[in-house]
Amino acid sequence: MDQKFIKELTAIVGNAYTLTDRESLACYKYDSTPGLESLPGAVVLPGSADEMARVMVLCSGAGVSVTPRGSGTNLSGGSIAVAGGIVLQTSRLNRILEADEENLTATVEPGVVTSALHREVEAKGLFYPPDPGSMNISTIGGNVAENSGGLRGLKYGVTADYVMGLKTILPSGELLKTGGKVVKDVAGYNLNQLLVSSEGTLGIFSEITVKLIPKPQTKKTMLVHFPVLEQAALTVSHIIAARIIPATLEFLDRVTIKCVEDYAHVGLPLDVDAVLLIEVDGHPAQVDDEAAGIRVICERHNCSFFQTAATAEEAMNLATARRVALSALARLRPTTILEDATVPRSCIAPMVKLIQETARKYKVTIGTFGHAGDGNLHPTCLTDERDKDEISRAHQAFSEIFAATIAMGGTITGEHGVGMAKKKYLPRLVGDSGIRVMRGIKSVFDPDGILNPGKIF
Amino acid sequence: MDYVKLINCMRCGMCLPHCPTYKETFLETASPRGRVALVCKVQEGELDKSELLLEYLSMCLDCQACASACPCGVNAGELVAEFTCERRAGAGLGFMEDLILRKLVPHPDRLETSMVPMRLYQRTGLQKLVRKLGILKMFPKPLERMEGLLPALPARPLRREIAEITPATGTERGTVGFFLGCVMSLIFSDASRATIKLLSSLGYKVITPKNQVCCGAPNMLAGDLAGLKEAARTNVEIFGGHRIDFIITDCGGCGAELKKYGHHLDGDLMAEAFSGKTRDISQLLALHVDELRVMLKPLPPKVTYHDPCHIAHCQGIRREPRELLKLVPGLEYRELAEADACCGSAGTYNIEKPEMSDRVLLRKVDNIRKTGADYLVTSNPGCLLQLKKALAVELPSLRVVHLTELLLMSLNA
Ligand SMILES: Cc1cc2nc3c(=O)[nH]c(=O)nc-3n(C[C@H](O)[C@H](O)[C@H](O)COP(=O)(O)OP(=O)(O)OC[C@H]3O[C@@H](n4cnc5c(N)ncnc54)[C@H](O)[C@@H]3O)c2cc1C
Ligand code: SF4
Ligand code: SF4
Repeated sequence: MDQKFIKELTAIVGNAYTLTDRESLACYKYDSTPGLESLPGAVVLPGSADEMARVMVLCSGAGVSVTPRGSGTNLSGGSIAVAGGIVLQTSRLNRILEADEENLTATVEPGVVTSALHREVEAKGLFYPPDPGSMNISTIGGNVAENSGGLRGLKYGVTADYVMGLKTILPSGELLKTGGKVVKDVAGYNLNQLLVSSEGTLGIFSEITVKLIPKPQTKKTMLVHFPVLEQAALTVSHIIAARIIPATLEFLDRVTIKCVEDYAHVGLPLDVDAVLLIEVDGHPAQVDDEAAGIRVICERHNCSFFQTAATAEEAMNLATARRVALSALARLRPTTILEDATVPRSCIAPMVKLIQETARKYKVTIGTFGHAGDGNLHPTCLTDERDKDEISRAHQAFSEIFAATIAMGGTITGEHGVGMAKKKYLPRLVGDSGIRVMRGIKSVFDPDGILNPGKIF
Repeated sequence: MDYVKLINCMRCGMCLPHCPTYKETFLETASPRGRVALVCKVQEGELDKSELLLEYLSMCLDCQACASACPCGVNAGELVAEFTCERRAGAGLGFMEDLILRKLVPHPDRLETSMVPMRLYQRTGLQKLVRKLGILKMFPKPLERMEGLLPALPARPLRREIAEITPATGTERGTVGFFLGCVMSLIFSDASRATIKLLSSLGYKVITPKNQVCCGAPNMLAGDLAGLKEAARTNVEIFGGHRIDFIITDCGGCGAELKKYGHHLDGDLMAEAFSGKTRDISQLLALHVDELRVMLKPLPPKVTYHDPCHIAHCQGIRREPRELLKLVPGLEYRELAEADACCGSAGTYNIEKPEMSDRVLLRKVDNIRKTGADYLVTSNPGCLLQLKKALAVELPSLRVVHLTELLLMSLNA
């Protein structure tokens, strides 16, 4: 990178937080996306929104691209600087600015870690539901940029459902304020929602205001064993068809169960095809009612065991075990390629079956887990990047799974974003007009194309 | 170095919030994920072992919090240690390392003698004078820090004083071999005395072989594998000569190393048996909660517990110490936030990397302050040194004791 540019960058962010040495840069080639790497020219960790805006002005002027980064845990290559340029990491902007108990909102800086916000508001009897598996490290900025879901998505929705206001720094350095604390707002286009899931391509969030809700009075966590895979999948659809909406309705298949149990030792069964992790919450009477209803449905689908967590700790351990599923799968083989296929909830059973058959057809190991209640599954292929033949079979298998997903009326990514990983599939899904509109929007926000180039389309 | 162990890291970042150096800096190079990537890229030929790279790696505390947190079984701390170890093994031992690791550490007598001047210096009052005048400021920083760490030393190391056989009180229920850590013997002899007392009160005959040697952890740290294996062989042979049910240690660092003898001396059945019998004192005591519940007498203080890395992360022991503390009638147990985060002591890290060590330490001190406890309990000499020194200044009313010291207080109350 140009020395003069680096000097100016350092003048804004400071020496300690402007990284240019080979070793540091090598550690910013990746995020959690398997098999993708690209070397940035520099990395900065600004300490304030003002510094962030000045970096944007500098980069716009110099024509250097900027890739925003929270904790680098996304699974679509979103925080990798494919076109070089600088990576801008927001972790130092980690203050929770306000938890407004009158308006039920919280305002945070973008680098606040998701679970830190949970702790802060729950201490006040409030609740911020989005809880991605990565919540102990993912940032709210990253969550908004990816519109992350979580284990509680079924009942409470995803990040987008909680974003009320944003302050966004545009590539020009201007500040764009959208939304705020008001619960109703129809003044102009809904830019707030446009910015949610923009994957760092339209602007950098410098402040985020989210909606809070009262913390549910009580909850019940259940773990249900199913000897037959499809019965578990059918149970998911039937619970929802019975008008019961649990907070959590998660699915783990045999391969996943074994890996998770190896790490977490929470007593998952090793001899069944699938388990469902179910959580209902709310008013005590309603919780009891729903739990009883769920039990009946599970038994009707021949579950072999129905366990209700006896203590809050046991419940938490079960949820934690589910959260580590993806990483735990990586115990078996060095490379894990995972997908984010999402289908209408009624299609969960055929989808699960299709994944199994495809894995058999291409002779690859696929562990499947996911937010079954949302129709969102993560079939994860366990492979070894050094085995080119197997990798190619894995990609063929996923291609087939994608085609089936779209045929069922589903989408190629429910929550991980398009980034680089799904770029080539997007046109199939949104069509020419979709791509044209998105490009148009991008050019208004970022006429010179310096923000996170190479992503989405 | 096993390449597969490196590429097993799937870069999920689940370890990041547990890594003390990442929490302080937010830098990927100071995170477990980044450290594995650095080592991996050297193996792949993309980076070379530059001074800067080794400097980044040396910021790792080897606390292994990352290993506890990693769902896919990667141990970044260990991989970094192994990598830096390989380098040193190639480079051979320096003069000082050779002197300390080969000529001093394996010989308890010499080690103890080498501490004599320190003890004299403390006991003559010279220490106070030196501290006041700040003469030590003229010496290189590491020496000054080392001096500052030392609490009042016992008059004689415990190894010289303790009987080789301590009989059981009352009916004998079994025999244990006591592994007396160097630092425990030289500095925290009261704690080890308490350990032996608790064991004998529970009906164990305690054998403390006088000829046992250092566990070898310092050798491991310096990449001196030959020295480590030598130490392991000696200890396996010495303890193997006694009929014992368990080998007990009250030093977290020693315990973690002793449990690896079977691995270090691969194929040696005696070594495997040795490791299989090794227990941290809290593990053995926790087998006797029913007896202890009857024996322990009320103590009023508010107590909190700091998990030493070598106990929680390396040995996976978290429940037992808490369970034991909660047995003490009247004791109010207060959980410490981030209890299993490193205190910054990390072997000689606090001497070599003072700035980062202090940052990690201050975070720990803040969390301890928030508990409002009267006693901080822990069970590793490194943590005791580090926390005693820091808390004497920051929270002078708080007492820092070893787990067995607190339990003995309750036994004698
Ligand atoms: C083990 C594991 C489990 C996961 N579980 C889930 C899950 O259950 N649900 C789910 O939805 N996802 C999940 N993820 C994916 C990932 O954690 C989420 O996408 C998360 O929101 C990323 O947050 P981050 O802070 O790491 O962002 P990063 O990965 O650093 O960045 C993500 C994207 O956001 C952009 N960005 C970051 N900060 C800003 C900002 N301030 N302004 C503008 N753009 C920004 C980046 O450019 C990038 O495009 C999981 C990942 C892992 C590794
Ligand atoms: S060391 Fe483990 S927890 Fe950390 S990034 Fe690698 S796989 Fe994930
Ligand atoms: S051993 Fe400790 S300091 Fe080193 S990478 Fe792991 S958590 Fe971080």
